[in-house]
Amino acid sequence: MFDNVWLIPLFPFIGFLINGLLGKKIKNETVIGGIGALAVLCSFLVSCKTILALLSLPGEERVANVKVFTWITSGSFNADIAFLIDPLSCVMIMIVTGVGFLIHVYSIGYMHGEEGFYRFFSYLNLFMFSMLLLVLGNNLLLMFVGWEGVGLCSYLLIGYYFHKKSAGDAGKKAFVMNRVGDFGFLLGTFTLYWYMGQAHNVWTIKFTDLAANSHLLPTGGIVTAITLCFFLGATGKSAQIPLYTWLPDAMEGPTPVSALIHAATMVTAGVYMIGRMNYLFIRSPETLMVVAVVGGCTALFAATIGTAQNDIKRVLAYSTVSQLGYMFLAMGTGAFAAGIFHLMTHAFFKACLFLGSGAVIHSMHHALHHVHSHDDAQDMRNMGGLRSKMPLTFLTFLLATIAIAGIPGFSGFFSKDEILWQAFSNPHHGDLNYLLWGMGALAAGLTAFYMFRLVFMTFFGECRITPKAKDHLHESPMVIVIPLIVLAALSVVGGYIGLPKVIGELFGGIPNYFEHYLEPVFKYSEEYMAQHAAHAAEHSATLEWGLMGLSVLVALVGITIAFTMYVKNTELPKRFVATFPALHRAVYNKWYIDELYDYLFVNPCKALGRFLWKGFDVVVVDGVVNGVANVVMAFSGVFRYMQSGYIYNYAWSMAFGVVVILGYYVFK
Amino acid sequence: MDMITIPAVNMTPILPEIFLSVLAMALLLINVFIPSGQKSYLGYISFVGVVAAGVLVGAGWGAPVESFSGSVVQDNFATFFKIIFLLSAGLAILISDQYMEREGCNHGELYPLILFTVVGMMLMAAGTDLMTIFLGLEVMSVALYVLAGFNRANLKSNEAGLKYFLLGSFSTGFLLYGMALTYGATGTTRIAKIAAIVGQMTVPSANIMLVAGMLLMLTGFAFKVAAAPFHMWTPDVYEGAPTPMTAFMSAGPKAAGFAALLRIFLVALPTLQVEWSQLLWVLAVLTMTVGNITALRQDNIKRMLAYSSIAHAGYALVGFAAGNGTGAAGILFYMLSYTFMNIGAFAVIILIGKKGEANGTVMDFAGLGFKQPALAVAMSVFLFSLAGIPPTAGFIGKFYLFSSAVQKGYIWLAVIGVLNSAASVYYYLRVMVYMYMKEPTEDFEWTRITPPIALSLLISVAGTLIPGIVPSVILQFAEQAVKLI
Repeated sequence: MFDNVWLIPLFPFIGFLINGLLGKKIKNETVIGGIGALAVLCSFLVSCKTILALLSLPGEERVANVKVFTWITSGSFNADIAFLIDPLSCVMIMIVTGVGFLIHVYSIGYMHGEEGFYRFFSYLNLFMFSMLLLVLGNNLLLMFVGWEGVGLCSYLLIGYYFHKKSAGDAGKKAFVMNRVGDFGFLLGTFTLYWYMGQAHNVWTIKFTDLAANSHLLPTGGIVTAITLCFFLGATGKSAQIPLYTWLPDAMEGPTPVSALIHAATMVTAGVYMIGRMNYLFIRSPETLMVVAVVGGCTALFAATIGTAQNDIKRVLAYSTVSQLGYMFLAMGTGAFAAGIFHLMTHAFFKACLFLGSGAVIHSMHHALHHVHSHDDAQDMRNMGGLRSKMPLTFLTFLLATIAIAGIPGFSGFFSKDEILWQAFSNPHHGDLNYLLWGMGALAAGLTAFYMFRLVFMTFFGECRITPKAKDHLHESPMVIVIPLIVLAALSVVGGYIGLPKVIGELFGGIPNYFEHYLEPVFKYSEEYMAQHAAHAAEHSATLEWGLMGLSVLVALVGITIAFTMYVKNTELPKRFVATFPALHRAVYNKWYIDELYDYLFVNPCKALGRFLWKGFDVVVVDGVVNGVANVVMAFSGVFRYMQSGYIYNYAWSMAFGVVVILGYYVFK
Repeated sequence: MDMITIPAVNMTPILPEIFLSVLAMALLLINVFIPSGQKSYLGYISFVGVVAAGVLVGAGWGAPVESFSGSVVQDNFATFFKIIFLLSAGLAILISDQYMEREGCNHGELYPLILFTVVGMMLMAAGTDLMTIFLGLEVMSVALYVLAGFNRANLKSNEAGLKYFLLGSFSTGFLLYGMALTYGATGTTRIAKIAAIVGQMTVPSANIMLVAGMLLMLTGFAFKVAAAPFHMWTPDVYEGAPTPMTAFMSAGPKAAGFAALLRIFLVALPTLQVEWSQLLWVLAVLTMTVGNITALRQDNIKRMLAYSSIAHAGYALVGFAAGNGTGAAGILFYMLSYTFMNIGAFAVIILIGKKGEANGTVMDFAGLGFKQPALAVAMSVFLFSLAGIPPTAGFIGKFYLFSSAVQKGYIWLAVIGVLNSAASVYYYLRVMVYMYMKEPTEDFEWTRITPPIALSLLISVAGTLIPGIVPSVILQFAEQAVKLI
């Protein structure tokens, strides 16, 4: 019944081939963009069909492996090109293709007139292909192929404006950090494969087989090692401490890319991966704690940085890092469904915010360009009062901001509140729970603050560009606005499929559909918890209501402070900076983490490379060649260099090697 | 008085070798009559000869024959490797004439020398006697020394030939001494008999003469495959040799070294596996790390690929250290993929280069992505494969080799391997950055792509991508090939 699933990744791949190979000749932007968007639309439709087919099955039968062909088979090792259809992968393909399609449409308008329009769309389609492989792959190796693929596309797209040096550097940074993460992923795969084979004679990397055999795994020990490796992979891809610094730099890419790759889809791959292998993570209390603490710290830490940035996209970038932290907080507290739920709502409102910021930048850029101003089109200090100029953008942006701030009734509230409640009440971390909840709640307040700061600075108050330029500000074309409207609508209503228990009960026992829907995916973890772990302490509904109220209150305080500082009394921020200059400087400079990394890792690496190059390579190896060449030049005789003795250096090294090897065996 | 009996000799196993030798000698004679501007025809003839030899070799798949009283064999293992050698020679011939014309050294002897090298390599893979293997090795090496120094007018090429010759002779000394000691310890040079005799020893590792022989043979072959610490010759020779010959050397002879190593160690000395696998563990780590770290800072692209080729030998040694079926099959698969991706990359380097080995730095790739998109895409495929990024053959090969180490329980070896391969991405990526993210430094004419090079690029791209997407096709052959040993 899922026979057509292979079409889902195939369509974008065809789009990639057409635009990549023929795009330069096609030239017509409408055709190129149309092909790109159409490919994703087709995938989306097949995805809809797939999820409907899945829903028509009873809960316990909602899992299928759809094999396309045998990929590698040799002895005990087996990997197919095969797709795993289950509630989790279905929700992911819906997000990826749905949001992806909207962003493709938006890009047609946004990238209009850019050099290399076809290049952009072919990369974007290639990204979709890789991302779909990642979420649909039914084994670790195929997932890894997608994992590498999205990293590569991300790198290509960050460096899209390659004539800007900063763009190239940002691309490289992303790639290197992701490689560190990929290393963890591969290592986890190898260790898991080896352990399951060696200890239990289950040689497999197929998710369904791993899940079915997960009862063989011990608690802690080797599982901790394996899961920590995988988590390292997740921190790289999903921009968590300590590997998060590439994501803000990745904003050098075009804005649709930031929306699609660096907010809605690729960066959530780490969360998806943990969800996919939940039965592993649940077996290691240590890893769960690491995941939860890293998630909580990232959520809070990135939020603090977000409060002092002036570049509109950078604020959103730190916000993304922070929200991803929430998702990891959920995963680390064993609330996998809540994490995936937040992944989905975040995809809606963050995509909407990024696209909205793109519309603003586009308009600002256009206006500044008209008056030949070189002011930064992304700096919020140049904006202000855009509300009246771009009403639709403003409205959609505001709705998404309310959603992310966690105001009741909007999607972000439901998902974030679920995470906070799980952080407080989960049975895994004992007293640490209070700290986790505290970090999450504080981050929620900061989120409300910096997001409304952004809204107020951008859309309210006086416009801070010259009046002449101001006249050129205008609302974006429909092709840009319609995706905004759809995403804003989803940001509002998207949360109702996952109502928290207490609220559901209030309205006559509406269940949490989303959690229920994902249950089959997490059933092995549930079974494990039922057998092994202490049950969660019973908490009263009153407590849940109380905490919910508290988090809403924190958000409202954040909004109020933002309102006071950036609308009512705009002198306040300046006074604040004057009163706490050091604090402001530290936050503004992102706590100097980049500088710290340069100092700790980058510079020593460079020094080592230089040493190996200058010390070893140049003196010993290059020196020989140059030495030879110089000698030859000087005496213009081949003869002399033959007797120069350099070859004997090599010969000595060989002889030395032989002696060491022989000596070891003879005298050991 | 003893009668000298002439045994009935079955020529089937060495038919391709005979064919190529006769062809090579014929070409040497024909060469006299070909005017100097048209030596490329010799190349075309040899290419056809290589293809024909490939057909001959391929026909022997699945039909094991032994001959010369067990000193040469036609089995799937030999056949697989012979195909690799022929591929590397065929591709090398295709990329030769444009370069050789440019450098003004398109001498007719080039092609017969390549064919002789192939004959030597084929004997190494087919030999089941230490003497046959040694004979093959020498036939190969002597021809290679000349090929490395083939560009007579170029000092660096001269230097390469001479260095390779001197150091190669030095290493051959070790190898031969190792073989002699092994003979002393077992009284035979037949691989099967050595296996039987060593198998009967109660504690073979206590036999110092045998162990010393094994170690010396290992060092001799380690030189040929450019494993650290016997790798020092590689960068100089690879940089100095004419580029098509560098491409050839980095693929064929390296594979030949592994063929002989696998045959000797897995068939003759499996009982000593504990001993040699420890050593190979260390050699693999050393080779990968030295190769990759030094490659990081290279600007000269040939030199960079030379260090990279050292690193790749290290990856293959990982599979060897594992010493199991997966590892051996992994080496076969990897050597085949490496032939395609590396010769492909060198083909692009030839097209970028200018007379007198000019334009040989990474910086000269600046803007290639805009000037010659197709060429840049091809180069990207090769670089991805070298870096081990999916969906290329290099990824599958590395994954296979590392998982063989994991199966054996050498987790740390796999860890170091993965780390190395992560580091290697940096220098391969650097070329990509120049191709796609830098403007061309100066406006110069790009070399025209001649049909032979275009064909070689096509074959290489296909050979790099297809095994990456449907690896079972090749893996299945590789596994059948190692079943016999």
